[in-house]
Amino acid sequence: MHELSIAEDLLEIVTRTAAEHNLTRVSGLRIVVGALGNVIPDALEFAFDVAGRGTVAEGARLEIVEVPVTVRCNACQAETVLNDFAFLCTECGSVDVTVLRGKELYLDSIEGD
Amino acid sequence: MAKIKVVEGVLKANDAIAESNARRLAEHGVRAFNLISSPGAGKTTLLEHTLEHYTRPRRNGANRFTSRASGWRIGVIEGDVATSRDAERIETFGVPVVQINTRGGCHLDANMVARALDELPLDELDALFIENVGNLVCPVGYQLGEEAVVAVLSIAEGQDKPAKYPALFRRAAVMVLNKLDLVPHCDVDVDALVEETRKVNAQLEIIHASCRTGDGLDAWYAWLDKRLGTREA
Repeated sequence: MHELSIAEDLLEIVTRTAAEHNLTRVSGLRIVVGALGNVIPDALEFAFDVAGRGTVAEGARLEIVEVPVTVRCNACQAETVLNDFAFLCTECGSVDVTVLRGKELYLDSIEGD
Repeated sequence: MAKIKVVEGVLKANDAIAESNARRLAEHGVRAFNLISSPGAGKTTLLEHTLEHYTRPRRNGANRFTSRASGWRIGVIEGDVATSRDAERIETFGVPVVQINTRGGCHLDANMVARALDELPLDELDALFIENVGNLVCPVGYQLGEEAVVAVLSIAEGQDKPAKYPALFRRAAVMVLNKLDLVPHCDVDVDALVEETRKVNAQLEIIHASCRTGDGLDAWYAWLDKRLGTREA
């Protein structure tokens, strides 16, 4: 349910960006969410729908891009995209890995007129 | 129709306040620990033991608290959806405590903690424990300015929790595996739980403990001493 706080933060960026670019209506948002971001897309859409009422982004469509977790092995440098949350290198089996991608949570772009 | 590239982190505002909290704590020489767990996993009881250990002289008169390294001055921020029950429990130890009621909010954020810091005597503290709202999901995304996240997991929650809620167990530096006294009553395989946890985070320090009996807590104090002791090392 922290999606509501995330929606409010999103809305702050959206209204600020819209004002900077003289948009009177924002019809779409592209949001990038890592698998470790603990964000449920449906919950975020619902929260944004509620938070956005009466704003420049009322009724805007959310495109939520989910990024899987990618790790780099600190032993053999191989990169592995994780299908589950077993943090290990599929090349050499080492568990000494660094997360490269999967923690993202950002607004990529907006569309409007 | 215009498309505008933004690329701005959604929690950037929170992270900026968290950095300012961290700077402020560092200026006062305070080390902060963010305790995250499900409701009822034993965060407050762990804190009570910790306060007992660090702030009260031992009854047998052993002179454990003369050196600063073992007599840490501790403050507490208690986060809960409602009530001040946890703060009242902590107050009995005579340490500075601030209760944050989130009024339905599922996590503490850096701004709430910044306001709580205003009410704490930071110059008189060495360590600050921030007890987050009981929740394995939402608090994980919010930095508060802490130097480490402490995960508390009770074995009664089941051995699959680290695999199901990996973000917390990735972010945590240490996990206190609590309520081990309940093992005979729960269908939980502790070895399997540890193995599942290791898959999520091989570097995570795991402390086996029971806050009810006090078993295993020496390893927790040793971990804290190591973290707190490094400042003056």
